[in-house]
Amino acid sequence: MLRPETQFILNGETVRTRAAQGMLVLDYLRDRAGLKGTKEGCREGDCGACTVLVGSADGDSTHYLPMTSCLMPLGELHGRHLVSIEGLNLDGLNPAQQAIVDAGATQCGFCTPGIVVSLTGLLLQPETGSPEQATAKALSGHLCRCTGYRSLKAAGVAMQESVGDRTGIDSLVAAGVLPDTFSGITPRLKAIPPRADPNGQPAAGLVLAGGTDLYIQQGAAVEQSPLDLLGQRPELHGITRAADHIRLGAMTTFEQFAGHPAIAGLVPDIEAIMEQIASWQIRSRATIGGNIVNASPIADLTIMLLALDAQLELASGSDRRSLPLRKFYRGYKELDLAPGEILNAIRIPLPEAGTRFHFEKVSKRWNLDIASVNSALAITVVDGRIEALRLALGGVAPVPLFLADTCRLLTGKLLSVATVREALEAVQAEIAPISDIRGSADYKRLLARQQTMLHFAVLFPETVPVEEFYAAN
Amino acid sequence: MRQIDAALHVRGESQYVDDVPPPEGLLQAAVFGSPLAHGRINSLDLTAARQVEGVLAVLTAADIPGENQIGPIIADEAMLADGEVHYIGQPVAIVVASSRRIARQGVAAITLDCSPLPVIVDPKEAFGRNEIIGVPRTIARGDVDAAWADCDLVLEGSCDLGGQEHVYLETQRSRAIPLEGGRLRIHASTQSPYAGQRMIARILGVPFNRIEIDVQRLGGAFGGKEDQATQWACVAALSAWHTGRPVEIVLSRAEDMRMTGKRHPYRSDFKIGLSAEGRILAYQVAHYQNAGAGADLSPAVLERTLLHSTGSYAIPNVRLFGVSCRTNLPPNTAFRGFGGPQGMFVMECAIARAAEAMGKPVAEIQRLNLLGAGDHFPYGQPTGSDYARTTWDQAARSYDLPAIESRIAEHNATHFETKRGVAVMPVCFGISFTTTYMNQASALLHVYSDGSVGLSTGGVEMGQGLHTNLAGIAASALGIAATRIRVESTNTTRIANMSPSAASSTTLLNGNAVLLAANQILDRLKSLAAAELDLPGPADVSIADEQVLVGGEPAGLSWTELVGRAFKARTGLSAHGFYATPEIHYDKATEQGSPFAYHVYGAAIIEVTLDCLRGTYTIDSVKITHDLGRSLNERVDLGQIEGGLAQGLGWVSLEDLQYGPDGRLLSPALATYKVPDAHFMPDDIQTNFIPIADDTNAASNPGPYGSKAVGEPPLMYGIGLFFALRRAMRAFRPDLDLPFVSPLTPERVLMALYPEGHVAFPPIASAVEAAHER
Ligand SMILES: Cc1cc2nc3c(=O)[nH]c(=O)nc-3n(C[C@H](O)[C@H](O)[C@H](O)COP(=O)(O)OP(=O)(O)OC[C@H]3O[C@@H](n4cnc5c(N)ncnc54)[C@H](O)[C@@H]3O)c2cc1C
Ligand code: FES
Ligand code: FES
Repeated sequence: MLRPETQFILNGETVRTRAAQGMLVLDYLRDRAGLKGTKEGCREGDCGACTVLVGSADGDSTHYLPMTSCLMPLGELHGRHLVSIEGLNLDGLNPAQQAIVDAGATQCGFCTPGIVVSLTGLLLQPETGSPEQATAKALSGHLCRCTGYRSLKAAGVAMQESVGDRTGIDSLVAAGVLPDTFSGITPRLKAIPPRADPNGQPAAGLVLAGGTDLYIQQGAAVEQSPLDLLGQRPELHGITRAADHIRLGAMTTFEQFAGHPAIAGLVPDIEAIMEQIASWQIRSRATIGGNIVNASPIADLTIMLLALDAQLELASGSDRRSLPLRKFYRGYKELDLAPGEILNAIRIPLPEAGTRFHFEKVSKRWNLDIASVNSALAITVVDGRIEALRLALGGVAPVPLFLADTCRLLTGKLLSVATVREALEAVQAEIAPISDIRGSADYKRLLARQQTMLHFAVLFPETVPVEEFYAAN
Repeated sequence: MRQIDAALHVRGESQYVDDVPPPEGLLQAAVFGSPLAHGRINSLDLTAARQVEGVLAVLTAADIPGENQIGPIIADEAMLADGEVHYIGQPVAIVVASSRRIARQGVAAITLDCSPLPVIVDPKEAFGRNEIIGVPRTIARGDVDAAWADCDLVLEGSCDLGGQEHVYLETQRSRAIPLEGGRLRIHASTQSPYAGQRMIARILGVPFNRIEIDVQRLGGAFGGKEDQATQWACVAALSAWHTGRPVEIVLSRAEDMRMTGKRHPYRSDFKIGLSAEGRILAYQVAHYQNAGAGADLSPAVLERTLLHSTGSYAIPNVRLFGVSCRTNLPPNTAFRGFGGPQGMFVMECAIARAAEAMGKPVAEIQRLNLLGAGDHFPYGQPTGSDYARTTWDQAARSYDLPAIESRIAEHNATHFETKRGVAVMPVCFGISFTTTYMNQASALLHVYSDGSVGLSTGGVEMGQGLHTNLAGIAASALGIAATRIRVESTNTTRIANMSPSAASSTTLLNGNAVLLAANQILDRLKSLAAAELDLPGPADVSIADEQVLVGGEPAGLSWTELVGRAFKARTGLSAHGFYATPEIHYDKATEQGSPFAYHVYGAAIIEVTLDCLRGTYTIDSVKITHDLGRSLNERVDLGQIEGGLAQGLGWVSLEDLQYGPDGRLLSPALATYKVPDAHFMPDDIQTNFIPIADDTNAASNPGPYGSKAVGEPPLMYGIGLFFALRRAMRAFRPDLDLPFVSPLTPERVLMALYPEGHVAFPPIASAVEAAHER
C-alpha cells in the first residue's frame, strides 16, 4: 500500500515524502535529511536536545512553537514549517547564539542547539512576559548537565534585551535576526493541499493526538505502524464558549488551554499552574484529549477536569454519546471507550457564581516532572455552608480518582476545621495508593492528607487556618 | 577569550561521533545485556537473532580473539559475559545489523537461560559475606583509641549516601573503521583514549600500534567516560574486526542508564570526639563503598575518599577505614570528585551531629576546626597554606553571613508554614592523580610555514574548556593570537600513553606539556631572530603581539615573517613536550606521603526555603568564595564552578538512584531520574575569588601561569544543601532525631518531618502559639 504523502517546508525547502508517517521528526532530520545539529539526548521529551520549531499557518501569519522532535511523527508536519537549528543559522550569529557565546553558556555543546532553538522561538511569540519569565519558559524543557544554568538564564535575558521590542516575523527578518527563508512562508504553507483522504475513508491505524504518551509507551511500534493522526482533523480543534459551558476540542493543547481567556475565567491562576506541568515543548504538543484517554492515574489536566465536572463527547462513526469524565474510568487503563471510538470534545459546565478552584501538585522536581500526588478541588460555599464540592486526586488509585464519598459526606456541612478533618479521614478511606517510583504508599497517603487540607486552607485561610491542624492535638 | 568551539556549538555545527557523515557501508551494533543481576549461564540462544533480516553478525565471548578482559585496575571484568553474569545489563552478546532498529530487534530476539544466584545490592551485606574488591585500607594519625578518653563528648552515627548517574547529555558511543593491514581507527566518546586503545588491543590480541583512537569532543562525561567508555569502543572494534566494515554503537538513554556504572553509593559509620569548646580531638570512620560487580576504578575512588575523609578540618587523632564491596550492580566508576565527596560528606554529618548535640551553631564548630598553615593531613602531607580559613572568612565577610543568619532566624520565628536554613560548606580538594605515575602528559606542537599552529595533546575536550585553555597557553607562550592556534583532536597516533582527562588535572598536565613544547620552538625562533637581526645572542629577543621585540621594542619582524624565514633556514618547527608533576609520592604500605601537588580551597554559603506542609524546597542562593589562582580564563572557570555546583546540589537532593532488591534499576529514564534544571537552580548564584596577592597557596602550585585546577572541587559545595535543609527541617521539628540519608528528596523530607504519618498531625509549638493568638 502506498503510504500517504507528507508535504512540508524544511527550513527553506519544500519536502514531499512518503516516509512512514510515524517516523520521528528527529530521525528524519538526522538520518534522512543529514541535518545533524538536532541532537538526541533521551528520545523521551525530557531533555530538549532535539527541539525544533514548528510553524503552523493561522490566518495571514504563521505561528511557531518549539516541540521535541523525538516525540513528533513526520506525518504531523504536513502543511507545516519545520525549522531545525540549521534553518536559524545566518552568516553571523543570531541574538540567541550571540548571547550564549557572550555569556559563556555553552560547554560541551550537546544541549546547545536545542536551547538556541527555544530561545529563538521566544522571539517569535506575540507575548512573553518579563525577560526573566520568558527565559524560564524557554528553558523549561531543557537539561544542561554542564553549565549550572546561571549563564543560560543570563543569555536568555540578554538576548531579549538585544532584540528590544522588535516583533513580527517580517521585522525580525529585516533586522537580520531570522534568515530570509522565514518571509513568505505563510502563502507557501497555504498552498499545500490538505492531505488526500484515501477514498474518503478515515485513516485506519493507531490513534495519535500529540504522541507524547504514545511514543513513550510504544516507541518503535508507533514508528512502524499506520497512524490515525487526529491533528489532521480540523473538527477536533478549538475552544468555544456557550451560555452554560465551555467546549474544548479534544486536540486542544495544554498551551492553548492555559492561554484561553475562557479558562482563565474558571481557573484564575491557570497560567501559574501550567508552569508546573510538563515543559513548553511538551505543552505545545500534548492534548487534553490525550491526557484523558491515556488514563494515567496521575494526569494533571484530567485531575483538574474531574474537579471541573467535565463531560466527554464521544464519537464512533456517526454515533455520538456523552459521558461524565467521572464515569470514564473503570480500572487501571480500562475505559468506557469502544474500539474505534474517538473523544471529540470536552465540555466544562460553567459553575455557579462564587465557586472556587485550587490545584496542588507535588513532584520530586518542581518543573517538568510527573506528580507523586496531585489534586484539585472546586467548591461553592454559601453562608459558610458547603453547597457543592468536587475533589479529585491523582496518584492514589489505579485511575484518576474522583472522591465521590468524600464529596457526598461534606456537601451541606458547615465549612470548619472539624469538617475538613472529617474530609481528611474520608479521603484516606477512599484512596488506595501503591508504592512505585513516584513514592511509597505511605508518602502518597501523607501527601493526600496534606493536599486535601491545603485546598481548604488556601481557599479559606480565615475559616480553615493551617495552624489549627497542628495545634489542637 | 571566548570558548573556542562556542560559535560551532551554537550553530549546531560541532560534530560528535555520530554526526560525522557515515562512511560507506556503516553498520550499527546493539548489545544484549544480562536480564539477571547474578546467575550462571546455562545457554544463550542466538538463532532467532541471526534470522532477523538485516542482522549481519551476532558475537559472544567466544568471538573475542584475544583476552576477554577490560578491567582497568584489577583484571576482573570480562568484555562479554562468559559463564556467569554479575549485574543486570552486563553485556553478553553483540548484534551487528544494517540499522540501529534492526540491531535492537536482534537483541530482543536473544534468549538467555540462566540459573539465578543470590543477589547483593547492599555494601555492608557484601562486606559481611567477604565480597570485597582489592584490600581494605586504613589511614591513621595520632592515637584515636587513646583520644576518646580525653574528649568531653563522643558521638557515633551512620550515613547512607546515594549514588549518582552521570547524565552526560551525549550517551556512550563509538564508531570503528577498519583500515588497511588489519588496523582499526575508532572515533570514540572517551575521556581515556589510551585505555580504549589498550583494551581493544587486548581483546583483539594485537599490538597497541594497530589501534588508533581519535576523539574530537565529548558531549559531557564527568567521569562516566573515563573507563566506562572502553566497553563501547571495544564493542565497535570487535564488530568491525569481524565484519570488516565500519560499525557504530550509540546507546539509548535507557541502555546507558541501565548498563553503565555511576557514582558509588556509600554506607559509612563515624565516631567523633570533641572538647567542650568544640575542638575535634578524634575522628574515626568506616566507609563501605558499593563498588558494583567489578573493580573498574573503585579502589582508586576509595583511596580518594580516604584522603578526603577529614574534609577541611585539622584533627589530631584519626582512623579512616575503607573497603570496596562487591555487589550485583553495574561496576561503579569515576564521577567528578572521585570519592572525595563521600569522604567529606560523612565528616560534615559528624560535625552536624556534634553541633546539634552541643546546642552550638554548626558553623561555629566548622570554623573552629578548619585547617591552618601549619597543619598536616592524616596522610602526612603538610597543608602549607591557611586557605581553608582564608576562603571561609572571605565568604563570611563578603556575603555577610551574620546578616544571613539573622534574616533566617527572624523568618523562622515569624513563619509557620515555611522554614529557612543556611549552611556553609568548606571544600579542600587535593589535585593530582593519587596514582602517582599517571601524572604525566605530552604535547605535540607544529608551527606551519604560514605561521598557523597545530596543537595536539593527550587531553580530551569534554566541555571543560580544555581546548580554550590550551590555545590560550600556547598563544601566550608564543606571543601570538589564539586564533592562530588549532587544537587538534586527541589521537593516539600523535600522543602515546596518555593519561585520562580526569582528576581536575588535565589543564595542569597538558598545559605544562604545551608550555614545554612551545618553549622549545620559541628558543629556536629567538636564536634565528637574533641571527637575522645581527644581535650577539637571543637574550634580549622576545615575541609579543605577533611581533619580534628586542629589548621590548618592535624590531620590524613579524611572526609570519619570522616563521617563513625559519622554515627556509631549515629550523625545526615542530616540538614535543613532556611533563611529569614533580615531587609527588605516596606509599601505600604506610599510607603516608604527599600525593597531591597542592589543594584547592573554597567555601560556599547555601540558603534554602522549606515548605513544611509539602516537603518541597527552593534553593534561595549559593554564594561562593573560591581559590582560583591566576585564572587562564575566568569565563571557563566560572562555568566549571557553576556546573560542578549544580551536580553537587543534585546529588544530595533530587538525584535518586533506586535499585530493587533484584538489582534492577528502578529509575532508568530521565522521566524518573531527575537532575537539576533551570528552575531548580537558584537565580542568585554569586562567586568571588581570593585576591591573587594573598595567595599563600601559590608556592606549591605547578599550574601553567599560576592557574589552578577547577573541575572537581566546586561539586562539593553542593553538599551544603543537605545541611541547609537539615537546619530548616530542625526548625520545624526540633524534637526529631533526623537520619543522615542522602539524597534528601521531597519524599524523604516529608516522611522525616511527619513520622506520625497521615493519621495524626504533629503538635508544633509555634502553631499552638499562632492558634492561640487567633
Ligand atoms: C516529557 C513529558 C512530560 C510530561 N509531563 C506531564 C505533566 O506534567 N502532566 C501530565 O498530566 N502529563 C504529562 N505528560 C504526559 C502527556 O504529555 C500527557 O498525558 C498528554 O496529555 C498526552 O496527550 P497526547 O496528545 O500527547 O496523547 P497521545 O500520546 O497522542 O495519546 C495518548 C493515548 O490516548 C489516545 N488518544 C489521544 N487522543 C484521543 C482521542 N481524542 N480519542 C481517542 N483516543 C485518543 C491515543 O491513542 C493514546 O493511546 C508528559 C509527557 C512527557 C513526554
Ligand atoms: S531527545 Fe530528549 S527531549 Fe527529545
Ligand atoms: S553544555 Fe553540556 S549539556 Fe549543556
